[in-house]
Amino acid sequence: MSDLNVENRAGAAPFVARPRRTAYIDILFAVIAFAVLAALPFLFDSKALLDFVIRCSAFGLFATSLNLLVGYTGLISFGHGMFFGLGAYGFGLLMQRANVSIPLAMLCTLAITALAAVVIGAICVRLKEIYFAFVTLAFQMLIHSVILSWQSLTGGDQGLRGGIKRPVFWGIDLTNHVQLYIFSCALLVIGLLLMRQIAQSPFGYTLRMIRDNATRASFIGINVWRAKLTVFVLAALFASVGGMIMSLFVSGAYPEFAYWTISGEGIFINMLGGVTTFLGPMVGTVLLLILNDTATRLTEHYGIVLGVVILFFALGLRKGLMDFAVDWYRAWRDKAREQP
Amino acid sequence: MDLDALIGCLGSSACVVTQTTSGLIIGMLLFLVAVGLTLIFGVLKIVNFSHGAFYMFGAYFALTGYQLTGSFIVALLFGAIGAAIIGLIFERVFISRVYGRDVLMQLLVCYAFVLIFDDSVKLIWGAEFKSMGMPAAFQVPPWFIAGGVVPPFYILLISVALVVAALLGIGLARSRLGKVIRAAAHNPDMVSALGINTAMIYGSVFALGCALAGLAGALAAPVRSMTPGMGFSVLIESFIVTVIGGMGSILGALIGALLIGLIRSFGSLGFPLFTDGLMYLFMVIVLVARPTGLFGKDVA
Repeated sequence: MSDLNVENRAGAAPFVARPRRTAYIDILFAVIAFAVLAALPFLFDSKALLDFVIRCSAFGLFATSLNLLVGYTGLISFGHGMFFGLGAYGFGLLMQRANVSIPLAMLCTLAITALAAVVIGAICVRLKEIYFAFVTLAFQMLIHSVILSWQSLTGGDQGLRGGIKRPVFWGIDLTNHVQLYIFSCALLVIGLLLMRQIAQSPFGYTLRMIRDNATRASFIGINVWRAKLTVFVLAALFASVGGMIMSLFVSGAYPEFAYWTISGEGIFINMLGGVTTFLGPMVGTVLLLILNDTATRLTEHYGIVLGVVILFFALGLRKGLMDFAVDWYRAWRDKAREQP
Repeated sequence: MDLDALIGCLGSSACVVTQTTSGLIIGMLLFLVAVGLTLIFGVLKIVNFSHGAFYMFGAYFALTGYQLTGSFIVALLFGAIGAAIIGLIFERVFISRVYGRDVLMQLLVCYAFVLIFDDSVKLIWGAEFKSMGMPAAFQVPPWFIAGGVVPPFYILLISVALVVAALLGIGLARSRLGKVIRAAAHNPDMVSALGINTAMIYGSVFALGCALAGLAGALAAPVRSMTPGMGFSVLIESFIVTVIGGMGSILGALIGALLIGLIRSFGSLGFPLFTDGLMYLFMVIVLVARPTGLFGKDVA
């Protein structure tokens, strides 16, 4: 994954002719990753491990989609969690009330999310960076308030209770924990693969150019507003899938899924893992969840421990873990080249 | 939704007075927090995400000061000075390392300290709800203005905030230090080249902002209950205030805070469950109409 062109931040040659075969390499990589994940339940008999991977899938999709905005386009959204919440609530409500099949409910939820993202994005993406952050945050809190106050539909602060039915579809029975696990892994791998293709497409390079210099991009005829809105909606869809996995996992939906802290966690996951590599957010997700789980198990003073770790990343490493690893690898490679 | 209650209230002067005063105290407390936030942003260009923690420190220090001495004045001083000292150390040791770095890094450092500060308060004062109780001097019958009930403590709170607003406004506009601060906000390199210690200016502005948040916490201590993490909702609300008023504008912070206070107090009658929602809706409307806020200059 070293062809991610970190150097392009300087603005030089954002279009790199990309050999076609790297798409096949991505697919190969995805298939291997899926095979490894799918083999886990047969190698280890641990429900906790499966639960962990399911949570990683939900948050990983969410965080990686946020990186499409933060890392690739330079849109710092503080309200991305609203689409995670919309996914969880939309899917949960459709399953509870409309009595539809799981794939249909997922498609409908995606349609609802897309609609909401188009409306919210159309208002937000015009704004400059700090105001963009705050208006997305305001929309997030607005949706959270609607969820809290619309008790007859959403159950208010109690959340969607009573569980979510999981009718069998295409021979897949999601009441079975292993099948739910494999289903989540499949969604994760497919989602990551699609996002990777978006990031590596000409559109993805347009986004990088907008991040580096929006004025120049508009001079060469790119409709900046439309490109930003498109990526805003695309990212919302993947975040919504993350929300759906979460909703299936906890068999419900809670107002916390739409609270701003989810967006905050997404941002911190991105910072921990690093925003300059595609898989950085995924690494960040695993890191934050491990950190969360161990810190809450070992100590009551979870906040102090997590705070110190974050400080170490922000002031010590000064970048995410993957950025650090990539830089380290480059330095090592260059050194190896110099000494034949 | 309970629009009848809202309309009924607007028809009676007693209810209007009561709701307006409660709106004013919400607004004034928010103003004290938000004005610090906006000052720090204006001069240091830092969005202090941990500002709510200083409000919390102010309240807890005031509680300790009051328990030690029994004097509310001492409690106020404890709150303001304690928050200022912690703020100064925080700025010198940590925040000064992230000046000019990207916004995400700054937010990350502040977020880390939100977690650390909240947990430290939990360690020192305990996790349970605390309350200070109304100081003896203010345990007097409330005043009645046009039929509405107004506790004297509310008058004190509102006047203290107004005095602070006036002092800040005049001080920044007229005094030498105020002029230096405004110059540093505009062009720190030039100010530094003129032989003025900008690090000291930055430190003192940050400490001043924290002192104001601490004062707000101390003033709120008799009327609100205290809990670790209490700073957070205040922080979000004061962000809304600064964004509505315009980042970096003191007048904007005052107007924004009063508007939010009134929206909260009257909104809680008409839309008891959607009071927060009203606030966010208002922010969205203002920002869509004027992306830099009501009094903001085109900075960001």
